[in-house]
Amino acid sequence: MGQITLEKVSKTFGDVEVIPPLDLTIEDGEFAVFVGPSGCGKSTLLRLIAGLEDVTSGKMIIDGSEATTVPPAKRGLAMVFQSYALYPHMSVRKNIAFPMKMAGIDPAEQETRIEQAAAALNLTDYLDRKPGQLSGGQRQRVAIGRAIVREPAAFLFDEPLSNLDAALRVGMRMEIGELHKKLATTMIYVTHDQVEAMTMADKIVVLRAGVIEQVGSPLELYRTPRNVFVAGFIGSPTMNLIEGPEAAKHGAHTIGVRPEHIDVTEGEGTWSGVVGVAEHLGSDTFFHIHQTGLAETITVRAPGEVSFKHGDTIHMTPRPDLIHKFDAKGLRIE
Amino acid sequence: MATQHSRSAARLMMAPAVILLLGWMLVPLTMTLWFSFRRYLPLRGGDQGWVGFDNYVRFVSSSSFWPAVQTTLIIVGGVLVITVVFGILLALLLDQPMWGQGVVRILVIAPFFVMPTVSALVWKNIFMDPVNGLFAHLWKFFGATPVEWLSQASVQSIIMIVSWQWLPFATLILLTAVQSLDGEQLEASEMDGAKPLQRFGYIILPHLARAITIVVLIQTIFLLSIFAEIFVTTGGAFGTKTLSYLIFQRVLESQNIGLGSAGGIYAVILANIVAIFLMRIVGKNLDA
Repeated sequence: MGQITLEKVSKTFGDVEVIPPLDLTIEDGEFAVFVGPSGCGKSTLLRLIAGLEDVTSGKMIIDGSEATTVPPAKRGLAMVFQSYALYPHMSVRKNIAFPMKMAGIDPAEQETRIEQAAAALNLTDYLDRKPGQLSGGQRQRVAIGRAIVREPAAFLFDEPLSNLDAALRVGMRMEIGELHKKLATTMIYVTHDQVEAMTMADKIVVLRAGVIEQVGSPLELYRTPRNVFVAGFIGSPTMNLIEGPEAAKHGAHTIGVRPEHIDVTEGEGTWSGVVGVAEHLGSDTFFHIHQTGLAETITVRAPGEVSFKHGDTIHMTPRPDLIHKFDAKGLRIE
Repeated sequence: MATQHSRSAARLMMAPAVILLLGWMLVPLTMTLWFSFRRYLPLRGGDQGWVGFDNYVRFVSSSSFWPAVQTTLIIVGGVLVITVVFGILLALLLDQPMWGQGVVRILVIAPFFVMPTVSALVWKNIFMDPVNGLFAHLWKFFGATPVEWLSQASVQSIIMIVSWQWLPFATLILLTAVQSLDGEQLEASEMDGAKPLQRFGYIILPHLARAITIVVLIQTIFLLSIFAEIFVTTGGAFGTKTLSYLIFQRVLESQNIGLGSAGGIYAVILANIVAIFLMRIVGKNLDA
């Protein structure tokens, strides 16, 4: 079905190598998320898979057949763009019908598929409206509808939620997740938001400067980050990275402790510091602690009822089995 | 309070401009209306009093009226079709990334800066002259008999000259419209399986609809009154007499101001009919 394999795929724009040769396999039915900071090449990678950019070298195999030079429309992939890219002069119905019309599918069959997609995406009442008359979330759903009706081998999403407000984003995240469970089709999703990656993915691909830093399930990345970059990128609030003598004590160049793996007390503790900002979320409280002698700021996640104020002295104890150790090159030491 | 106050102050300050513009428009219009109901022959007895609708009846019943209306519409329509079609093609071409894009764009706009009289003379003498014109040489080079453009294909020649002048305008407006098209829409349609011609028909052309209506509307207003191009080329002969040229002949060649003014009022009515017609189309297109 929808297995996608990249073999030594690379991309250069002029003299700039955006993606050095890279190998990656996305299994059939998998929800893969490409995540990384802005400009890491994740969107370029997606566009290479879509066929909107030509690969400079290497081979791409989609659905068991070579697809390196196959034009985008023939790859059997559907893409949802960041701007949704709906056709503004066409009604929702015509927007959804467009790929089927181009493929020359029988009109009665088109109508059935439109009805099904509209029902699945709660768009039935809006079929005759123009995209301009819809809200952001509805436009998003139309874009997904246009992708679904093609019955593609895989869906490609290019930061689809970045134009939505926070509440809607959480809702759409769930909807896309449910859609994946229902369709069981391969999905590749690009985002810079590690929360989206953690909540939706079967497999996360962390990219930096076109290089894959680590591939794994969300919990693998959380528990055993392969290097300092992944350790700092995955998890919220971000992991505390400590260098210097404290790290040397553990026989490492850098040690990393997640904010949720540090216990705080008023009295004795391994480390101590002064509370800077306390963020009360109700369920949790994040303390940003200064003057620890370890790093600029140490972030600690404590239960909601723990209350320290700005300027209080606080003692911290990291859980010894949950300290991550990295060598001078930033690689994990087991 | 403050807003109320500044609003009336604003009205006061705008008043001179508004009054000037109103006068600018109303005085000539009223004078034309006035003269159109009078028998006024400057060299043959001057203003000879009221004649009612006599001038109007005479203008319409003249044997050159309907041919003039027809010529006007043919020229306007022909220029519109040529400028819109070639304007779209040129706009798509200029939108492609290429070396020297800036210079090429300025060159394309250049004809618009040439005065109508000058460009018509250049066309008449350098290109269309049946003895020394470039076209004549070209025809002779291939062994053909040179075409006497301005007498054998007079209307077509004028359409060609005027199109050359207005093509830059259409290209410019359509180019900005082409550039404003969201690239992701084109990519989406490409992924949806639309071939280049289908992308043009389903995505680019609908996107240009608004710009095309604006080009058509603005050009129609200006093209209804083209005059210099006809005056310096054919002088209204060989079936190139448009409505505005006919009015010119009535007033200056026949020295009949009353008759010419009546023609002017007809021209105003014709322009308004066209404008209403176009506004409805534009209104429909601008709604979307």
